[in-house]
Amino acid sequence: MTPTPAIFTPMLIAAGIFFVWSCYRRFSLVTLGQPDDRFDRLGRRIGDMFLYAFGQKRVVAKPFGINHFIIFWSFMVLLLANGEFLVKGVIPALSLALLPAPLYHGLLLAFDLVSLLTLAAILLAFARRIFFPPAYMSTAYVKARSVEGFLILAFIALLMIAYFGLHGAEIALGSEPAAAFMPVSSAIARLLQSSPSAVSLQSVAWFCWWLHALVLLAFICFLPHSKHMHILTAIPNCFFASLEKPNTQPREEFVKGGEFGVDKVDSFTWKDLFDSFSCTECGRCQNACPATATGKPLNPRQVIHAIKTNLLTNGPLLQRDGAHVIPLIGEEGEGSNTEETIWSCTTCGACMEACPVLIEHMPKIIKMRRHLVEMKSTFPDELLNLFENMEQRSNPWGIAPSERTKWCATMEIKPFEKGVTEYLFYIGCAGTFDSRSKQVTVALATILNAAGVSWGILGKEEKCCGDSLRRLGNEFVFDRMAKENVELFRQKGITKVIVQCPHCFSTLKNDYRQYGLELEVIHHGELIDQLLASGRLKLNQQVKDLGRVLFHDSCYLGRHNDVYDAPRDVLRSATGQAPLEMERSRNNSFCCGAGGGRMWMEEFSGERINLNRVDEALRQNADTICTACPYCMTMFEDGLKDRQAGQTRVRDIAEVVAEGLRPV
Amino acid sequence: MQIVACIKQVPDTTQVQIDPVTNTLVREGIPFIVNPYDTHALEEALRLKDRFGCRVAAISMGPPNAEATLRKALALGVDDAILLSDRVFGGADTLATSNVLAAAIRKLHEQEEVGVVLCGKQTIDGDTAQVGPGIATRLGYTQLTLVDRIEHIDLEKRAIRVRRKLEGRHEIVEAPLPVLLTVVRELNRPRYPTVPRRLESADAEVKTWSNQVMQLPEPTIGLKGSPTWVSRIFSPERDKGEIIGDGVQDPEGTANLLIDKLLSKDLLAL
Ligand SMILES: Cc1cc2nc3c(=O)[nH]c(=O)nc-3n(C[C@H](O)[C@H](O)[C@@H](O)COP(=O)(O)OP(=O)(O)OC[C@H]3O[C@@H](n4cnc5c(N)ncnc54)[C@H](O)[C@@H]3O)c2cc1C
Ligand code: SF4
Ligand code: SF4
Repeated sequence: MTPTPAIFTPMLIAAGIFFVWSCYRRFSLVTLGQPDDRFDRLGRRIGDMFLYAFGQKRVVAKPFGINHFIIFWSFMVLLLANGEFLVKGVIPALSLALLPAPLYHGLLLAFDLVSLLTLAAILLAFARRIFFPPAYMSTAYVKARSVEGFLILAFIALLMIAYFGLHGAEIALGSEPAAAFMPVSSAIARLLQSSPSAVSLQSVAWFCWWLHALVLLAFICFLPHSKHMHILTAIPNCFFASLEKPNTQPREEFVKGGEFGVDKVDSFTWKDLFDSFSCTECGRCQNACPATATGKPLNPRQVIHAIKTNLLTNGPLLQRDGAHVIPLIGEEGEGSNTEETIWSCTTCGACMEACPVLIEHMPKIIKMRRHLVEMKSTFPDELLNLFENMEQRSNPWGIAPSERTKWCATMEIKPFEKGVTEYLFYIGCAGTFDSRSKQVTVALATILNAAGVSWGILGKEEKCCGDSLRRLGNEFVFDRMAKENVELFRQKGITKVIVQCPHCFSTLKNDYRQYGLELEVIHHGELIDQLLASGRLKLNQQVKDLGRVLFHDSCYLGRHNDVYDAPRDVLRSATGQAPLEMERSRNNSFCCGAGGGRMWMEEFSGERINLNRVDEALRQNADTICTACPYCMTMFEDGLKDRQAGQTRVRDIAEVVAEGLRPV
Repeated sequence: MQIVACIKQVPDTTQVQIDPVTNTLVREGIPFIVNPYDTHALEEALRLKDRFGCRVAAISMGPPNAEATLRKALALGVDDAILLSDRVFGGADTLATSNVLAAAIRKLHEQEEVGVVLCGKQTIDGDTAQVGPGIATRLGYTQLTLVDRIEHIDLEKRAIRVRRKLEGRHEIVEAPLPVLLTVVRELNRPRYPTVPRRLESADAEVKTWSNQVMQLPEPTIGLKGSPTWVSRIFSPERDKGEIIGDGVQDPEGTANLLIDKLLSKDLLAL
């Protein structure tokens, strides 16, 4: 079949112009965003791009992801075939046949087989959307069975069908000299030859050529207007992804006349906006989110979708110096986030861990919280006390700082001394004031003494690290507390810090780095692991009476700081057995519900997050749930009480180890 | 018409201890806070400002470091912050304190008519609850104490109707302006300062009025103007509790014992 360039060329040019114009319209909206340097450390960026975009690392983490992997790579291969198709449509003499024969034949074989594979994958995808769409594929505004989803699948399927029709007919006509390298098309050719239909092979070839051409052009035009835009944005999005763990939010500079936080779409950074154009609507973030799972109004995917919808509506007006017509924070709507949505996040990071294209959801939520707290002073009532207590007494409960040393009434504890003490044991507010966590502090102190570690405390001088404030968007007060702490640590010559709370851990380690303070922060899980491995800590007995022991990953230790093995190794050493795992564990762990300042807030809608997690633990018939975080401990103990599961207890890993230190 | 809120800087009493030898408060190293009731007085003043656009002045008598308290008030949105500070004001009892505060309000009134003065119900250090009524008396204002709701206020018609929170009942009272209200915590939920306001208040002016400005006769102020002085402060001895029954061995019996005990002490009503 010889194309008709006189007709095809103008169509291609029109489609091309429309495509470029559409892309320009969309991507120029991204430039409305604020600056953000995402061009540093190019080597790592390129590496990430290969791993996550081309390697589809996150995509294949789920079984059905293999299907997408096939479609993605087929698409890459067929890009060449379709490129040739378009060129040949304009200049029929230009074709891949001009390449050396072995290469050309190899390509033909690849195109033929890959097209079949694609067709199969597309049919599977169709079936999935029709017959067994997972709940997480739908939101209030985007459905799994959406016209758009089916249209795109249909486009691809039609391209494959047209491809086989065209080549089958040409082979049947005997006009394809390389038929031997196209086994699938040859089979189609035989089918066409044996069919009694009255249609001539010529017209089949003609029809299929034009079908292929029209679908391809339609696809090109539709692409920038659909969720399929991710074909264009996903790869660069992986390149521009945050190289640090994105849970450490950027600092704000407090100058008079400034705006703090985000309540307008153009106050986001360009990367935030680009993220929203990269979402594939796959729903994985939504499937991982504890807030969504327990019926809160927050759905991380909808947060991203709202930004996109908001930008597409307001952006063009802003470009013409117009005003916003839909608010970013406001009533429920496709382009808005409600305040309750924004306050529901536990900052657990599960969404960011799941997202195949490395979208950063949580920092955007924090930016909106910052606006609410810093510009409007609107936040859930419970937080007023927290904020005042933090500012006045540097701890969440508002207990007098003079009581910071009460936990060690029964022990002889030394203050940290510059040049003498090796480690500061930063107790943290929970370990200092919470009666249950104080037991963990004592257990850990016993362990440190048994291992002969040189350690000391700040005592009454210790201040809260400010974690909750930062996650709640009260950056102004966090900033003050961080500066005070950094100054104190510098003055005291502190370089090495032991912590028992993952929130202190992450804040001292990651957030304070933004203030120029590089500390060697070690969580007790890691420290005990090292002490046991090096033989500095020897247990007197194996801990036997804890029954079936299970370990729960705290988000701020695991996902946010990649500490997974150390606490498990500690439990293995102490109990002689590897701990039990829950269905969702390690980087897929499910939040206890207390992170992101949620510890201090009521949970009004839906099921309680801690109950969801407690039920999961109880399904493993655990006798002892081990945690490595004071918040997780509180949430589990409360949840077990609610479930009246009195036979199951909660222990911190330090308590288990301290148990093993008891003389036989 | 303007609104005046009286706010006092107090030591954070959760952190205050009494020196057993000298019988005085150990104030060293104790952080100061705004008297908690006064934060509600201030909030109500700011709400009136939000509603009627009137000016709000915050006044406080205290040592120079009480400026921090007034700076907070500025961050929350007051228009004027005035610190009444002078050595001769020191050592004041409630009488001398209300003399100075009343004089300051009179002075403010000369600049713009004062319609409502708001005070806390009492402070958490002195606990006398006398200063509010003292000011009202000296100014000849109607005093409405223990207010937990402003039912109605009309600045034009110069009328106010409030609800008073009394033991076991509420009382609704009306009065013509000007009035002095003393407020309880149930009145409102204090606001939290926004960052832009905090940044602005950092270099906004806290005016200091010394007695050179006030020109009050010395026998009416400070130690000299104070007929009361504190002779002794001490922590009362508290009776130690007792352990009754054995809740582990005999929970039911112990619960009965406990109920009898509480009934006998009139702590439980049937
Ligand atoms: C432990 C202690 C015991 C005392 N006992 C007595 C006593 O028995 N008799 C006595 O006469 N004095 C006493 N004083 C001194 C007296 O309390 C203060 O000097 C007096 O200024 C305020 O009284 P108050 O704190 O009880 O205020 P309250 O009358 O309880 O205060 C009511 C409201 O008045 C306003 N107000 C009070 N003081 C100020 C201020 N300085 N600036 C602005 N607004 C203010 C606030 O709105 C406050 O909420 C005592 C002081 C202390 C620390
Ligand atoms: S950080 Fe956690 S709670 Fe917040 S949106 Fe993501 S998954 Fe949901
Ligand atoms: S944000 Fe990421 S994980 Fe969530 S739907 Fe979009 S692409 Fe999927």
